[in-house]
Amino acid sequence: MDTDSIHSGYSHHSNRSRGSNKQSERSSRDRHKSHSRDSSSRSDKNVTISASSALPQQPDQSSAPTDAQDDNWGETTTAVTGTSDHSLSQEDLAGFGKETEGPVEKLNCVRFLPLALILLLGLLVLITPLSFLVLPQLMWPERLQACGTVCEGLFLSLAFKLLILLLAGWALFVRPARASLPRIAVFRALLGLLTLLLLLSYWLFFGVRILDSQDENYQGIVQFAVSLVDALLFIHYLAVVLLEVRHLQPCFSLCVVRSTDGETHHYNLGQLSIQRAALVILEHYYKDFSVHNPALLTAAKSRAAKHLAGLKVYNVDGAGSDAATAQSRAKIAAAARQRDTSHNELYYEEAEHDRRVRKRRARLVVAVEEAFTHVRRLQEEEKKKPPGDEMDPREAAQAIFPSMARALQKYLRTTRQQHCHSMDSIQAHLAFCITNNMTPKAFLESYLMTGPTLQYTRECWQTRQWTLVCEASVTSPVRHGSEFQLKSSDFSLVVTSKAIPHLKLSEEYVHPKSHKFVLQLQSETSV
Amino acid sequence: MSFMPGQPVSTVVQRIEIHKLRDGDNLILGFSIGGGIDQDPSQNLFSEDKTDKGIYVTRVSKGGPAEVAGLRMGDRIMQVNGWDMTMVTHDQARKKLTKKNEDVVRLLVTRKTLEDAVRQSMMQH
Repeated sequence: MDTDSIHSGYSHHSNRSRGSNKQSERSSRDRHKSHSRDSSSRSDKNVTISASSALPQQPDQSSAPTDAQDDNWGETTTAVTGTSDHSLSQEDLAGFGKETEGPVEKLNCVRFLPLALILLLGLLVLITPLSFLVLPQLMWPERLQACGTVCEGLFLSLAFKLLILLLAGWALFVRPARASLPRIAVFRALLGLLTLLLLLSYWLFFGVRILDSQDENYQGIVQFAVSLVDALLFIHYLAVVLLEVRHLQPCFSLCVVRSTDGETHHYNLGQLSIQRAALVILEHYYKDFSVHNPALLTAAKSRAAKHLAGLKVYNVDGAGSDAATAQSRAKIAAAARQRDTSHNELYYEEAEHDRRVRKRRARLVVAVEEAFTHVRRLQEEEKKKPPGDEMDPREAAQAIFPSMARALQKYLRTTRQQHCHSMDSIQAHLAFCITNNMTPKAFLESYLMTGPTLQYTRECWQTRQWTLVCEASVTSPVRHGSEFQLKSSDFSLVVTSKAIPHLKLSEEYVHPKSHKFVLQLQSETSV
Repeated sequence: MSFMPGQPVSTVVQRIEIHKLRDGDNLILGFSIGGGIDQDPSQNLFSEDKTDKGIYVTRVSKGGPAEVAGLRMGDRIMQVNGWDMTMVTHDQARKKLTKKNEDVVRLLVTRKTLEDAVRQSMMQH
């Protein structure tokens, strides 16, 4: 116990306490909170921690990071460090959970199977018309009738159509996919089957009518080959419509809600299967949703836990059945009856937090504006004079960064964003702003507002592995009222769909000369 | 005093004779009028029916010739010296009242209390 001993305020809030540790010791938070509030009220001075104000400090918990109400990160004069030598930051702890996650990577063969099938089909498409042309020449060349310019025209058209077909097929089917979906793409499979069927039927006809009977009319054979290529082009047109065009016309409105903080966005989509709709939503997610910040989410749980933690249930009548449900029901009823002032606490806490954030923000804005006045772009004519202190943007950024570093760090800690921005990223952003003649306000905008996930560096993006959870089959099309979830490791996105109603638009013609007006007066005249 | 357009209006009227007061070059009567077929009837404070476009007395100056003669605020003027006042514009009404060569105007005015008084007296018989 530390009675009347003087520690500096962050012997227990050391450099390691960035953000809150969600996995451990929520109950310790209450104790830390009570005395951290004391320490923050006297900002820069040393704090006397007496045993009466807090429950006994357990030495093994002193190494645990506390919540970010500690202001004095910038001045680190630690008198007594934590007793444990192993300190973990929040990122390390978050990384623990993720190492063991993730399914085992499938063998590479399975991933390349669809591509191999498509290439095989492409090869078949290429050699079939050519073989139709070449085989008669090889097998009965002397009996074939020579055909003149008509055949040459047909050869040319065949060549170009085949070229276009192959290029278009490559563009539509063979290019590397943006994402890997859980089930097969139904339309592609159906189109592949249709193509195969077409080729088989043409081979059948070729074999029976031409090879067996050894037809002599070469022009007819060439026309037969050209008709095959035409049919293949029409199938490709069908593929373009099914795969690319059909889902452009919006039919459904999807409402996407993030499960942790309730942020909601709406998207309009056409007719798609559930897995492709999930893909579109994920692409929009990285652009529209603000970055997921776990540090902001722990307050609600701690409040609820504190609420129920004060109750203990004693079973007076001996061990009965239904012990667990009876106990929980009794707890809930007692908690409801209890006159609690936790709402009061929440209100004042939030007001205090807002005030603190605004104060920090004001200091930050002033510091940054002042820092930016020191930097000036060197004009062209000044460059020719003997150089004083010429610097490139990176050096200029490094030169003015220290004057605003402290204010920026304090602001980020108060708004719990400090794990999203590293020193390097801040300096790089500053150099970028200086190069492009941006104002201090433009520089600060990315720190004052939380932006979408794409804006931050890769450390914040910890997921690219998503799981689609759905009751219906994921290859079935999206319908009115269908629901599914996209789970990632920290949170999930819940998606519900509604059909866009049929809109009826009617017309009313207004003649341009029909806009006439009259004045309405009430005058009073004395006689 | 509600009326249907195109139908004859029948009300109980009172005869009022006002002698104009000479004030320098002007002849004044001592009251103000409002209303008319070119005005907005919904802003008329004194009419019962807000589509009534008749000429109403909006103000009577104290001690003036109109008050002495018995004109009250809120009266509707039906006739001035034989000229009809039920279907006139505001300016036409003003002109009929302020003719320079007339010293006396004889008005026929109506108000709600007249009708009630007549009915009461008829019921007593």
